[in-house]
Amino acid sequence: MKKGFFDRRQLALPYVLFLLVFVILPLFVVVYYGFTDAEGHLSFANFLAFFTNMRTVGTLVYSLVIAILTTIICLLLAYPVAYILAKGEYARKHSFLMVFVLPMWINFTLRITALKEILTLLEGNLAFHPFLNTIICMVYDFLPFMIMPLFNSLAKLDNSMLEAGADLYASPVQNFLHVLLPLSVPGIVSGVTMVFLPAMTNYVVLDMVYNSTYIMGSLIGSYFSSYDWNNGSLISAILLMMIGLVTMVTNRLIGDKEVASR
Amino acid sequence: MKKYIQHAVILLVLAFMYLPILILAFYSFTDSTMIGSIRGFSFDNYVTLFTEEALRSMMIGTVLLALGVGILSTLLGTIGAIGAFYSKKSTRFLVEFANEVPIVNADVVTGFSVCILLIVLLHIDKSTYIPLVIAQTALCSPFVYLSVIPRLKQMDSSLYEAGLDLGCSPSQALIKIVIPQIIPGIISGFMTAITLSLDDYFIATYTKPATFDTISTYVVNATRGSQTSIKTALWALSAIIFAIVVVSVVIMNVNAKEEEERR
Repeated sequence: MKKGFFDRRQLALPYVLFLLVFVILPLFVVVYYGFTDAEGHLSFANFLAFFTNMRTVGTLVYSLVIAILTTIICLLLAYPVAYILAKGEYARKHSFLMVFVLPMWINFTLRITALKEILTLLEGNLAFHPFLNTIICMVYDFLPFMIMPLFNSLAKLDNSMLEAGADLYASPVQNFLHVLLPLSVPGIVSGVTMVFLPAMTNYVVLDMVYNSTYIMGSLIGSYFSSYDWNNGSLISAILLMMIGLVTMVTNRLIGDKEVASR
Repeated sequence: MKKYIQHAVILLVLAFMYLPILILAFYSFTDSTMIGSIRGFSFDNYVTLFTEEALRSMMIGTVLLALGVGILSTLLGTIGAIGAFYSKKSTRFLVEFANEVPIVNADVVTGFSVCILLIVLLHIDKSTYIPLVIAQTALCSPFVYLSVIPRLKQMDSSLYEAGLDLGCSPSQALIKIVIPQIIPGIISGFMTAITLSLDDYFIATYTKPATFDTISTYVVNATRGSQTSIKTALWALSAIIFAIVVVSVVIMNVNAKEEEERR
């Protein structure tokens, strides 16, 4: 069988090539453009300019604030929902999760349009509360992406753990803090990664509620429209570094928990 | 947690998630241009949606793009998963690492980086649709890969060997024995690829031809404009998409239940 001209391992080749050329190579090209000037000479000028300019540093801080707030609110809303669906009153109704995940499949610009109309009705003019509206729309957009991983990790959790806690006279609060919460860390971590980075870069949400303050994604968008490839690439490279860092930390957190739970 | 608190939490979150969509769907059947003031019922929005040339070509274009990207990603991701599954550890590690990149990466960065490589560096013309299709396929195929791999792991490997012993060529064994067993994974990967392409805004913005619009880019541009007939026709579009999604989720659920019962 191995001697034939066809080997199933060769099937990996087209996909390996595709990933190398269209996924990995673009990242190197972006890093190269980010650290060169328009003439192609190696330069840290853009990099230094980003971290010394108050405006761009302000953008970085503003996107972090939006991302952190969005993530926390999503977590606070999603955790009780995921718990009730996985362990509470709705635990036997398996298809009920679908109702909470379904909005993921509706185009997000159309969903934000719907929410925007409601907010306009409630507030009169969206321009009065740009920050509040941004957070509401971000939470609305990303909530299903937080509920799903939380549900998956809570549903896997053995009920006897919680019962053991209660048998050993843990109060419901203690049981939550010392049993449920630590065991659901993998779900929390993957939910946070699904919300945090998109919330830092999804500048369409801000555009749609007329919030003219920039976040990191808006910078790439504006450099793109002014054909400033070097600065656009620099922002992408900075985001890449953050993504790499977050992925490393989360992989470790999830990995540790999986080892611990064995 | 008390029973009634649990029901209240579920109800409140559901209201937050669904009321905007439902209210907008209701108003799409009226002739009002703003939510809150009903004048009369009408199907004008639906007529505009399917007669206005710009809207029609945008919808057809989005669907064709999603189908093309869906098919391409499914082929690449499935063949890649089969190949990687039988490859040696180092190859598989490389694939899994690269596969993870578009999934964790921000779409803005994915789209911009493909734009830099193909359009800025290699001077490929945007209007050929090549950068757009490649960039969206780079986003979607990793999700296909991830939905096919678990099916390969579940598969009974002796069936493939049995096929070979009974005189199948390796490619026949692959098509007649392996593929049918992983088909549910392939289908769900295909569906994921389609929805990702339909939902995408950022990758399309950085790689699409200037005159081409997807639903997302069109909606974002329309919110900047002031044409109310277009604005309310988009309410009709969101009502239709909502209905399609609800129906397909119900069908999928019924199918999944039947499959479970058969076991």
